[in-house]
Amino acid sequence: MRKKISLPGFFLLLSWLLMSSQVQANSSIVNIAFLAEKVPAQAALSNLDPVLIDEGVQGALLGIKDNNTTGQFTGHQYNLKSIEVLVGDDVVAAFESLVEAGYQYLIVDVQPATLQQLLIIAREKKVLLFNASAAQGEFRNADCGTNLFHIIPSYEMRADALAQFMLKKRWNKWFLVKGNTPDDLSFAKAIKRSAKRFGMKIVEEKSWSFQHDTRRTAQAEIPVFTQGKEYDVLIVADVKGLFGDYLAMNTWLPRPIAGTQGLVPRAWHRTHERWGAVQMQNRFYKQAGRWMSDVDYASWLAVRTVGEAVTRAKSIDSMAIKKFILSDRFSLAGFKGTKLTFRTWNQQLRQPVLLATPRSIVSVLPHKEFLHPLTYLDTLGYDKPESTCSFNQ
Amino acid sequence: MISLNRPVHLTNNIPPTPMNKYLLLLALCVSSSFADTLYITLEKDNALAVVDGLNGQLIKTVPLGQRPRGLALSKDETLLYVAASDDDTIQILDLKTLKVVGDLPAGEDPETFRIHPNGRWLYVSNEDDNIVTVVDLEKKSVITEIAVGVEPEGIAISSDGLWVVNTSETTNMVHWIDPMQQRITDNTLVDPRPRAAEFSVDNQSLFVTSEIAGTLSRINVSSKQVEEQLSFHIPGVDKELIQPVGVLAHPNKTLLFVALGPANRVAVVDIQKMEVIKYLLVGQRVWNLAFSPDLTRLYTTNGVSNDISVIDLGSLKVTKSLRVGHYPWGITVKND
Repeated sequence: MRKKISLPGFFLLLSWLLMSSQVQANSSIVNIAFLAEKVPAQAALSNLDPVLIDEGVQGALLGIKDNNTTGQFTGHQYNLKSIEVLVGDDVVAAFESLVEAGYQYLIVDVQPATLQQLLIIAREKKVLLFNASAAQGEFRNADCGTNLFHIIPSYEMRADALAQFMLKKRWNKWFLVKGNTPDDLSFAKAIKRSAKRFGMKIVEEKSWSFQHDTRRTAQAEIPVFTQGKEYDVLIVADVKGLFGDYLAMNTWLPRPIAGTQGLVPRAWHRTHERWGAVQMQNRFYKQAGRWMSDVDYASWLAVRTVGEAVTRAKSIDSMAIKKFILSDRFSLAGFKGTKLTFRTWNQQLRQPVLLATPRSIVSVLPHKEFLHPLTYLDTLGYDKPESTCSFNQ
Repeated sequence: MISLNRPVHLTNNIPPTPMNKYLLLLALCVSSSFADTLYITLEKDNALAVVDGLNGQLIKTVPLGQRPRGLALSKDETLLYVAASDDDTIQILDLKTLKVVGDLPAGEDPETFRIHPNGRWLYVSNEDDNIVTVVDLEKKSVITEIAVGVEPEGIAISSDGLWVVNTSETTNMVHWIDPMQQRITDNTLVDPRPRAAEFSVDNQSLFVTSEIAGTLSRINVSSKQVEEQLSFHIPGVDKELIQPVGVLAHPNKTLLFVALGPANRVAVVDIQKMEVIKYLLVGQRVWNLAFSPDLTRLYTTNGVSNDISVIDLGSLKVTKSLRVGHYPWGITVKND
């Protein structure tokens, strides 16, 4: 028996159908994933600062909250899925499962070797990868990835910030002390590049290859180790912090320390308070119960990059978003007194670098005296003519 | 306005250059100078500077709560309200004695606020909580809290009392609050880090500065859409340093003044053409602006150089700078 639909009933059904499509158009869901690869903690440092178990995630979470506050007016809803891959587990498999599940925006805090693999998958699957921690210059040059965006400043950007500051101070003669991990060597390489770029002279270079905990012996060993030529400042490359903290006050000559310890170039610092940063520090502290780290800041920026692009491009498609964030229309406010944009030649986020000691900001670089035809921010890191990235046109 | 221009032009024999046209328009609004008193919050001195505007002299400095920023006079000009941000309150000062006579519940970290033309409702942005608090000035109680975007900043109220707008710095929106309902009825997406907002004298347009984008937007009040945008370019000044903040519309309906923060300049803008007529060099990190009641002078607070600049509106020239204390922030002016 055929059921006859009454006319008012038909209109009711029609209006219900129209309404439901309206609701769908207004509440677009943007899913963002945060993937962290855990590394073994350094035994020698175990009783110093507490090891952060939620680094990066807290920054991403705050970004999601901020995006959703905006989303209530634009009809977008942002969700975060966080995956922590323990030492020895398969990071690539975890990444692939996220991509399978439909995640188009992935923030990663992973080791360089892992990032190498992930950027290939990101290219094939057309998902956007936001690098929150790997500072190696190679990823901004030959090893760049077409869907890989660097939020964290490279070692080269940081070293250039340091060199610009030293140039202004006329501390031209550097004594470079480097550790022997791959990261230490990457940072040392960046330091040498910056020294050349800004006319600094590395008068002496030494490798710290002692294996023991330096704390008890620093007073005896470091004065001997740092004897040599006359220099203005000691630059240390010790990314993990195994010995660099013990150089201060123990050098043979009374000289300042900079690099990975002492005066450190970084993306964020707890004492940063200019350009509205206080609000950011307060919001983060309230949420996480600790201060924001560089990786937290980068993760927050990554989520905000997606949020800002989704709001303005009015799309949630990863390729439309990519096109938008590389366009002139994109800019991000990151509490650094200037708009942050991406370099099209290697997809690195342009940003000022903070020079900080443990409890103060000494300077924010670049200073405006460092001129550049495009933007003064491009005096930090690999500029377009230097970039060997394959999609640099 | 154009017809007014002609007789003055004929009698004075001034060549009709564009700049002269503006100066004449300004001159027509000016009769003679009257005395005024400026009240300026000193963010890092926890104090209020009281300045004789006509003579450009600091009269005295009065202690306030912690980190004073926004301030405004009551409608009858007997009271002064000052947001003491770090004390989470708005202090009430008797204007005669300059003594604190009370305070208002203002939510956490109140920064900028405005009083509705009805003289009774005060709208204040609470930056840390993403809300705008509405305070009843008679009852000294909170009427409601309105959820807005991340880091609410500027507040502007149309002179007809129909609209209250709030800018949110991280959400990058202008939220349109209907004061009759005390809720948001519309939102307009603007350039990154919107700071101050100002209605045109006829309430047809809203002007919004975007600090990070370095732009000024003109929004149509009836359509709530951005109609026109202006970028600032100053020869020899890095574009990153051009960060528009405070904005003020001249009652002649022709000109708008925009403080450009660390560019250390105030831009004079032709509202209709959305073009900059002139940049005036003032103190460092120029923040907020105010006219003298007789419209002969424009005052600017300059945070980093710890002074205020006085601009003569007849000639559009900076005539004086005056040290007032550490980090002058907000400014309001009373006719004497």
